[in-house]
Amino acid sequence: MAHEGIGARVPRKEDRRFITGQGNYTDDIPVKNAAYAEFVRSPHAHARIVRVDTSAALAAPGVIGVLTGAELADDKVGGLICGWMIHSKDGSPMKAAPYAALARDVVRYVGNAVAVVVAETKNQARDAAELVQVEYEGLPAVVDPAKAQAPGAPQVHAEAPGNTIYQWALGDKGAVDRAFTGAAHVVDLDLINNRLVPNAIEPRAATAIYDRAEGRFTLYTTSQNPHVARLVLSAFIGIAPEHKLRVIAPDVGGGFGSKIFIYPEETVCLWAARRLGVSVRWAADRRESFLTDAHGRDHVTRAEMAFDAGHKIVGLRVKTIANLGAYMSTFSSSVPTYLYATLLSGQYDISAIYAEVDAVYTNTTPVDAYRGAGRPEATYVVERLMDIAAGRLGVDAAEIRRKNFIRSFPHQTPVIMNYDTGDYEASLDAALGAARYAEFPVRRREASTRGKLRGIGLACYIEACGIAPSQAVGSLGAGVGLWESAEVRVNPVGTIEVLTGSHSHGQGHETTFAQLVAERFGVPIDQVSIVHGDTDKVQFGMGTYGSRSGAVGMSAINKALERVAAKAKRIAAHLMEAAESDVELKGGEFVVVGTDKKIAFGNVALAAYTAHNLPPGTEPGLKEGAFYDPQNFTFPAGTYVCEVEVDPKTGEVDIVQFTAADDFGTIINPMIVEGQVHGGLAQGIGQALLEGCRYDTDSGQLVTATFMDYAMPRASDLVSFDVSTTVTPCKTNPLGIKGCGEAGAIGSPAAVINAIANALGVERIDMPASAQRVWEAARAHRAPVAAE
Amino acid sequence: MAQINVKVNGRAVSRQVEDRTLLVEFLRETLGLTGTHVGCDTGQCGACVVHLDGRAVKSCTMMAAQASGAEITTIEGLAKGDELHPMQVAFHQHHALQCGFCTPGMIMTAVDLLKRIPHPDEATIRANLDGNLCRCTGYHNIVKAIAAAAQSGASA
Repeated sequence: MAHEGIGARVPRKEDRRFITGQGNYTDDIPVKNAAYAEFVRSPHAHARIVRVDTSAALAAPGVIGVLTGAELADDKVGGLICGWMIHSKDGSPMKAAPYAALARDVVRYVGNAVAVVVAETKNQARDAAELVQVEYEGLPAVVDPAKAQAPGAPQVHAEAPGNTIYQWALGDKGAVDRAFTGAAHVVDLDLINNRLVPNAIEPRAATAIYDRAEGRFTLYTTSQNPHVARLVLSAFIGIAPEHKLRVIAPDVGGGFGSKIFIYPEETVCLWAARRLGVSVRWAADRRESFLTDAHGRDHVTRAEMAFDAGHKIVGLRVKTIANLGAYMSTFSSSVPTYLYATLLSGQYDISAIYAEVDAVYTNTTPVDAYRGAGRPEATYVVERLMDIAAGRLGVDAAEIRRKNFIRSFPHQTPVIMNYDTGDYEASLDAALGAARYAEFPVRRREASTRGKLRGIGLACYIEACGIAPSQAVGSLGAGVGLWESAEVRVNPVGTIEVLTGSHSHGQGHETTFAQLVAERFGVPIDQVSIVHGDTDKVQFGMGTYGSRSGAVGMSAINKALERVAAKAKRIAAHLMEAAESDVELKGGEFVVVGTDKKIAFGNVALAAYTAHNLPPGTEPGLKEGAFYDPQNFTFPAGTYVCEVEVDPKTGEVDIVQFTAADDFGTIINPMIVEGQVHGGLAQGIGQALLEGCRYDTDSGQLVTATFMDYAMPRASDLVSFDVSTTVTPCKTNPLGIKGCGEAGAIGSPAAVINAIANALGVERIDMPASAQRVWEAARAHRAPVAAE
Repeated sequence: MAQINVKVNGRAVSRQVEDRTLLVEFLRETLGLTGTHVGCDTGQCGACVVHLDGRAVKSCTMMAAQASGAEITTIEGLAKGDELHPMQVAFHQHHALQCGFCTPGMIMTAVDLLKRIPHPDEATIRANLDGNLCRCTGYHNIVKAIAAAAQSGASA
């Protein structure tokens, strides 16, 4: 049998259905006699609802019902929640305002749902939605986070004066102030981390079915965490108790964070299904995705870094304003705090760090976790500062990083995190070598003969993944524990089903999780099925985000496999009349060490179910479950090197080479890990060069609400990437896995912008570095030269 | 109502549909061929690409009535029974898909590309994928898969 266990580059088991058009996405699932929902949404960024007239819509052909926020309130459907409590530095709790699934009195962003039309066909629902007359009284809007706290700014919620949700701080301010006072050099930077739209290619969708006889709901939904969706829909929104609500997240077409959250639409579809007595289907069109999927990033930051005379970092001070949009989405509060400021130490030994974060409401789409979530923003701050410092201090960008690397582990940073292990110099050297960093000056000179400005940029990122130790996150305000569950069911014929609380929406769990079973039990991966995404099948789980499925999800599976192995070994020893201590599981067989006695794993499984000859006191069957709660976060890290050529005449930036060297700890399937890096890099490069969400500052209209206006990276915008890995296994989980899902998006924006700044010889250029911005920067910088 | 007579994946079908029915709606809702996806409904993402009389078209920007009389191949009709098309094999072997949502359109576009340009270089492959968005793979392995399929003579 070919090696299919840990480390094998096995093609994916799940591919067959996707490449033949047999995928099973939410909107593909046929439902008998289903009706279609169309939402009526606010065209205004901020307005009072004066009147909603549904009479014409109700009279339209095929219409089954038109429901508004008033009916939602009458039925006492709960509001949407933010599940992470943040306290301001003065000790006060965050000022979370109510978030109704359908707005009743005031709309607060363009796209805010006001009513829903349910009709027999999709087109009838769309036609009738246009007949819902909503009279609005316009209110002034604020969209820019830097202006939200200004005196006289429009107020988004009465509950949050000055639009301020919290003013949070982390670190020792006094120590940082002292470090800056005594510093030899201080570098500073103002930056904007641009707002992004996640844009999974499958739009969000929901199908709600209500069984009146049983009083039971089924919800098919595009979710990264169906159990968390059920928990919130039950415990907070009050749709139905958990045993009366089945949530199924079937094949899901990409998430990137945006499908973690519990949104208004699935709430409304469930409620409408019961109230109207029909199954209700909804699928977003792309414009709705732009308007209503939680956006990402949107920070305005000022950062300063202090160095001693020997170029060692002695202090870091950061002030960030984070835009959370018009309502607080499910995990929004944690992103610019515990997922951001806790990573500001980067890969460096910094003794004093102080960060202040103000979170603000604006009249924009809610903002929440998007691939990397807080960690890309932290890396961008630190790695931009490192390049600026190298420039101002006149030292090589790689060497100033090398000088400041953390070299002994475990390492306690001044911002909560305790790094278990790493070798930052190894990934730096691997990346520099692969990128032929030393020969860059030759390439730059050659480019200049063609009239091109060539630049090189580094980013040494770190992230905290394997989210997360339950007690630790509980003490920081999380409303849930972040463990994972698994159940391993061995069938009598020796085939195996693994039930997991992780959810795959592109990550390839059906393959990698089976590889772990193959490694442990020596069975072919074809004999293993991975079951996920259905609350009726899997008891509970926390889902997939934060690069947690390998480090946490597979650790839970590993624990359950160990329990199965222990019982199977006991049975095998009994059958072979050997001492349990003499029996080993090797390549799918139990063997008595030092003899030729052996019994196949499948035969032990059969014996467990026939139960004719089991050790005394042993229960029949072979099935074990486990919950795994991580001891710590994991800390993937690496170095990215980007090389660009800029055409100073047009401002066009060509990425000519992109090199990644990552340390993800143990790797189960290198092919899948490389794919995760490629995709992350594309999103990070997209943020750096192309993607930028724009609101009109006066009207609050989302200007970039189609693929014509929002520049998604296309194949011709990118190059083939050079990716490699170095390995220091994680010390705090049994498999040594650190996680790989977000790294690409975390490290790449800083590498790209550093490369462009290097090419132009400027310190600051904002993302996205569009041709216009780059042209202007090149022109401003070159102007004095041209004038000579 | 419009009368639609088409041949889909080798089978003749006749249906009456509302005049405004898009080809993609006809395939997905009327015929239940849900392998063809809708990612943007504005002709930008390419998740809905099918072959119409042998040419790649975006089925979200065409009326079903316009397709009447044509022969249509969707992702479901690409393999010959259990034997996968070489492009499907290449996508599988080179890990050219993750969530799988853009994959049907991507494969139909790639097959069309090699039919027009049997031996494209990397830049040509990338330029010809500009009508198809993928958010998962960074296109790296899609490009690799198409190049490999071209090598193995998948255009034939």
